[in-house]
Amino acid sequence: MWDYTDKVKEHFLNPRNVGVIEDANGVGEVGSIACGDALKLTLKVDDNNRITDAGFQTFGCASAIASSSALTEMVKGLTLDEASEITNDDIAEFLGGLPREKIHCSVMGREALEKAIRDYRGEGEKEIDGEIVCECFGVTDKEIETIVKENGLTRVEDVTNYIKAGGGCGKCHEGIEGILRAHWGEEPPPMKKPAYMTNLQKIKLIEETLEREIQPSLKQDGGNIELVDVDGDRVMVKLLGTCSSCSLSQVTLKDYVEKKLRELVSGDLTVEEVS
Amino acid sequence: MNITYLDNNATTRTAPEVVEKMLPFYTEYYGNPSSMYGFAGYVAKKLAEARIKTAQLIGASAEEIVFTSCGTESDSTAIYAALQSYPHKKHILTTRVEHPAVKSLCEHLSAKKGYRVTFVPVDGKGFLDLDYLYDHITDDTAIVSVMWANNETGVIFPVEDIARVVKKRGAVFHTDAVQAVGKIPMNLADTDIDMLSLSGHKLHAPKGAGALYIRKGTKFAPFLIGGHQEKGRRGGTENTASIVGLGKACELAGERIEEENTRVRALRDKLETEILKQVPHTVINGDIHNRLPNTTSIGFEYVEGESILLMLNELGICASSGSACTSGSLEPSHVLRALGVPFTIAHGSIRFSLSVYNSDADIDFVIEQLPPIIEKLRMISPFRAQENQT
Repeated sequence: MWDYTDKVKEHFLNPRNVGVIEDANGVGEVGSIACGDALKLTLKVDDNNRITDAGFQTFGCASAIASSSALTEMVKGLTLDEASEITNDDIAEFLGGLPREKIHCSVMGREALEKAIRDYRGEGEKEIDGEIVCECFGVTDKEIETIVKENGLTRVEDVTNYIKAGGGCGKCHEGIEGILRAHWGEEPPPMKKPAYMTNLQKIKLIEETLEREIQPSLKQDGGNIELVDVDGDRVMVKLLGTCSSCSLSQVTLKDYVEKKLRELVSGDLTVEEVS
Repeated sequence: MNITYLDNNATTRTAPEVVEKMLPFYTEYYGNPSSMYGFAGYVAKKLAEARIKTAQLIGASAEEIVFTSCGTESDSTAIYAALQSYPHKKHILTTRVEHPAVKSLCEHLSAKKGYRVTFVPVDGKGFLDLDYLYDHITDDTAIVSVMWANNETGVIFPVEDIARVVKKRGAVFHTDAVQAVGKIPMNLADTDIDMLSLSGHKLHAPKGAGALYIRKGTKFAPFLIGGHQEKGRRGGTENTASIVGLGKACELAGERIEEENTRVRALRDKLETEILKQVPHTVINGDIHNRLPNTTSIGFEYVEGESILLMLNELGICASSGSACTSGSLEPSHVLRALGVPFTIAHGSIRFSLSVYNSDADIDFVIEQLPPIIEKLRMISPFRAQENQT
């Protein structure tokens, strides 16, 4: 069962603006049945370049339908310039967050919007830039590079979550890894703090950060740390091994653990030790 | 909300009679069946009874049954046992539609352990290409593993015939019968099947108990090495309560196998017929005749499976989909793709799997609720226009 927010569920069960705007003057279509999802966005733009109406048709999972519905609500009333500022993150945030595996649904929304705006402006189809890397979903190296750069992605899995590349037969995983290496060099970059998180995502990221960043260095000194609970922004932990008897443990806790968590998860976190 | 449970190929309700038999083994009879005193001897005696009941359901003898923790453990044990027993043989033959318990293991053995694996294709109805299978058995083939019935489509494979040929050609034959046991009458004594996997929680026993049938005389090596439990064939203290539950569930399954093939089959047929009648552009995946009595895989064109499942979920109806979106991967089910089911249908396929606990009311409820859901999603879908043209 996917961990959808109430807002995603609500937009899925009661989607807004379903259908095609009859006198639309901006149309954007992305995806296909083979891909597993597709979106047709129709916009009505007035003489002042303001979007007065938006409609959508979507084939896809719950989050694809909810993302499309959210997108139409977001763009109505905006000028084209304002609308073109909308990112996939904005769509996800409007819905209270999306599961990582579903981020491509919000990316599909942004792509359709971009296409519809280009269509209205008479700019025609964007030329395919670069070479196809993922043949299953027709994703080019340039597109992968852009998404990696914009979102600080470090793993093939993340690239798949964002633009599907690599989610089919898997033959292009090496190619995607090559692009990641070319961008980041051999060293993987430090973890990046996401812009918005649901509670569950936050807890998961705290766990991940403890595991990946903090535990290894404590273990080098014969210590360890365990997550006990998270209450809002209070992170309760237990120090183990040599850490539990170390006179400097409070320093470790505040100057190292808390600092690291604030840097990688959220600036509002406080860390406290519980027994 | 009332739950309408139609996902019995995923797991089943633990039968109340089974739970009742199990409880004392959590409270009163907690002894270790390997211990010497009488208090534990009672537990050992009940394990022996469970072994007999499990063997009876599949027409085997009790000493041919090894209890495991699940179907996956049984499958891994069987395949590794054959590879270890015939170390000079480096080829495995299996099918393209196996459950991940066999498929992923074979892929792992091929990618990391230097085995050659041949995956036998199926046709559009889900039938195995038997000529292809027989053509690919060689002197180097250690084991042939073919499921008895497919979990997604319910299509049944002629494993008894295949076992006969495999035996003549000198390889070990294993079948993952997790979906078939309790639904298809079987008498292993009359077959050439060397090993068979079954899983408790697919037949109203609890999760955490499975069994591997190992024909007397089959070369074997344990997967879990440890104590002398299961006559040295599987180390580890027995999951006594669950095994006692499995025994009771097997006894019940034997009594209910006819009901599965009459009443449950009729319910399944009714569901399928009515949905096909009411919803246009809808197909059944896999052969409709040679199939488990409880399973139907229905493909709805132009809509996506996860959306259907979530709308059903709002009504308390539990089913599963062959769609990619529910599994985290982006490719639709490998089974439906192996059948050549087009993407347009594979993405919108829903599996309903029934059990003896389903009633007419359950089926009537789905027949009433499902068509408007498909209609609603097709209204949202951009491919709706194409549908109207056809």
